[in-house]
Amino acid sequence: MEFLSQLINGLSLGSIYALIALGYTMVYGICKMLNFAHGDVIMVGAYMLSIAMATLHFPPFLSILVSMVVCATLGVCIEKIAYKPLRNASPLAVLITAIGVSYFLQSSALLLFGSTQRRVESAINVPNLQIGAFSISGNSLITLGVTVVLMVIITWFINNTMTGKAILAVSEDKGAAQLMGINVNRTISVTFLIGSALAAVAGVLFISAYGYVGPYTGSMPGIKAFVAAVLGGIGSVPGAMLGGILLGIIESLSKAYISTQLSDAIVFGVLIVVLLVRPNGLLGKKRTEKV
Amino acid sequence: MSKVFTKKNILLFVVIAAIYALLFTLDGMGFFNRQTRALLVPICINIILAVSLNLIVGFLGELTLGHAGFMSVGAYTGCMFTIYADLPMAVEFPLAMLIGGVVAAVFGVIIGIPALRLRGDYLAIVTLAFGEIIRSILNNLSLVGGSGGLNGIPKYSNYAIAYVVMIVTIVVIANLVKSRHGRAICSIRDNVIASESMGIPVVYYKLLAFVVAAFFAGVAGVLYGHNLGILKPSTFDFNKSIEILVMVVMGGMGSIPGSIIAAFLITVLPELLRGLADYRMLIYAVVLIVMMLLNNNARFNEFKTHIFAKKARRQGAGLTEGGE
Repeated sequence: MEFLSQLINGLSLGSIYALIALGYTMVYGICKMLNFAHGDVIMVGAYMLSIAMATLHFPPFLSILVSMVVCATLGVCIEKIAYKPLRNASPLAVLITAIGVSYFLQSSALLLFGSTQRRVESAINVPNLQIGAFSISGNSLITLGVTVVLMVIITWFINNTMTGKAILAVSEDKGAAQLMGINVNRTISVTFLIGSALAAVAGVLFISAYGYVGPYTGSMPGIKAFVAAVLGGIGSVPGAMLGGILLGIIESLSKAYISTQLSDAIVFGVLIVVLLVRPNGLLGKKRTEKV
Repeated sequence: MSKVFTKKNILLFVVIAAIYALLFTLDGMGFFNRQTRALLVPICINIILAVSLNLIVGFLGELTLGHAGFMSVGAYTGCMFTIYADLPMAVEFPLAMLIGGVVAAVFGVIIGIPALRLRGDYLAIVTLAFGEIIRSILNNLSLVGGSGGLNGIPKYSNYAIAYVVMIVTIVVIANLVKSRHGRAICSIRDNVIASESMGIPVVYYKLLAFVVAAFFAGVAGVLYGHNLGILKPSTFDFNKSIEILVMVVMGGMGSIPGSIIAAFLITVLPELLRGLADYRMLIYAVVLIVMMLLNNNARFNEFKTHIFAKKARRQGAGLTEGGE
């Protein structure tokens, strides 16, 4: 019984990672860059939720919407200001800029909200589900449900709409996509918009589970989700989902059965082993090298 | 042997000694206040770290995000050695640096091996993961104090020792890069396939770069531990690795003088901005972004070449003269 409840904990944690990892992987697919600031967008989303609910007294649903809109706008602005001028620069220059943006968001939050962690009321109020002696927390259920729905929507969106197909085309070959009449700049903006909105949702879910938000809230889930994206094969959308959920399950099982403190080390250890066996991640495409 | 005592090398030696003597007399005259003096050793440590990371990132062309991991391994082994070995300082401290460096180099091999299989972003994430694993193990190892930190390390580091170690590091790495081995390392950066087909043992040189860089990072860690007298695992987190990487990138990848200048500025700048304590990180972030944007802005680069055109012409003339 305990194993099952740990598994469900892991699934719900993993689905949060998967949502964040989706943003990483979509941006990587289209821009070939690691968006280090993505983790901090989660933090911004969580702060927005807390402001909307506690200060402005919006109802939960509206608060979540506000937080999504703010994060999506922020994501698009970051792309326009910091990443767009560097589109042809070396990958390392872009990476450093992304780290700069991440520091910028963290220190702005520190200045605006102070270093003390702020208590956030859960936006989700669902009673626990009781099946016999076994109970599942309402929060986990909602997290799982929301993630599954969002993933189905994203998969459908990418494979069936014009914009989604444009995203795939630009990921495949930017130059050819442009020749086919696809507006590359707009497509990249849309990708950042979707990724950041997903990060906001992940932030809301994460904060509902943990209850506190501080300027550095986003950095650890950000790194974990980044690991998840790489584990599944960065650039691959199903890979991000698989990687996130696997990572969540491994983390909560190792917390329960091996050691609470060493769970991070175990998560990273699994990543290294997987990459040694499959250097492109679980579902990553094998790149053939041209001579 | 006559090559060692060229005019250029002697001049370089005089400059190095002069900088040392200048700072030392200034210090002796009480020119520096306590904060400035406390910066001297960290500047040397950061220069060692930046120059050694430059060997991997700038010359080998592989991105690693785990340099702080090497530093922490070296720091912990070196400091454990001085705590438990009851030897006089003159014997103990150099030995500690050597041991710390060698253990870090062993970890360099362990991390270098996956580097042979992985490239680019995948390697970056694996090195990040290694750094985090080392940190969380140190956090839970009661032998080295766990998250409370390792206390009671004798404070052996001083400006003179740090300066000498820094110069040794710079000389070793600069000469390595200029040597046949260094050219092999650079050729791997420029084109792996081409250098492999020219008969360069890629595996050997990749590992060599990792091992040398890790060794010096370990030595820097030992200096760091003996400077503060306490080691905490939280110091060696992801942000520390990023800070070193930022020094390398700001100074210019593959430029040793650049790394030195950037390491100096990045260590001193936060202290100068202490009055603006709250805005320090914000300014730091903005400087980072603006630097990157300007560096990749065509108009700014044009402006820069315009300013440096005169100097570049003179250097170009010097080059052709030397060639003849």
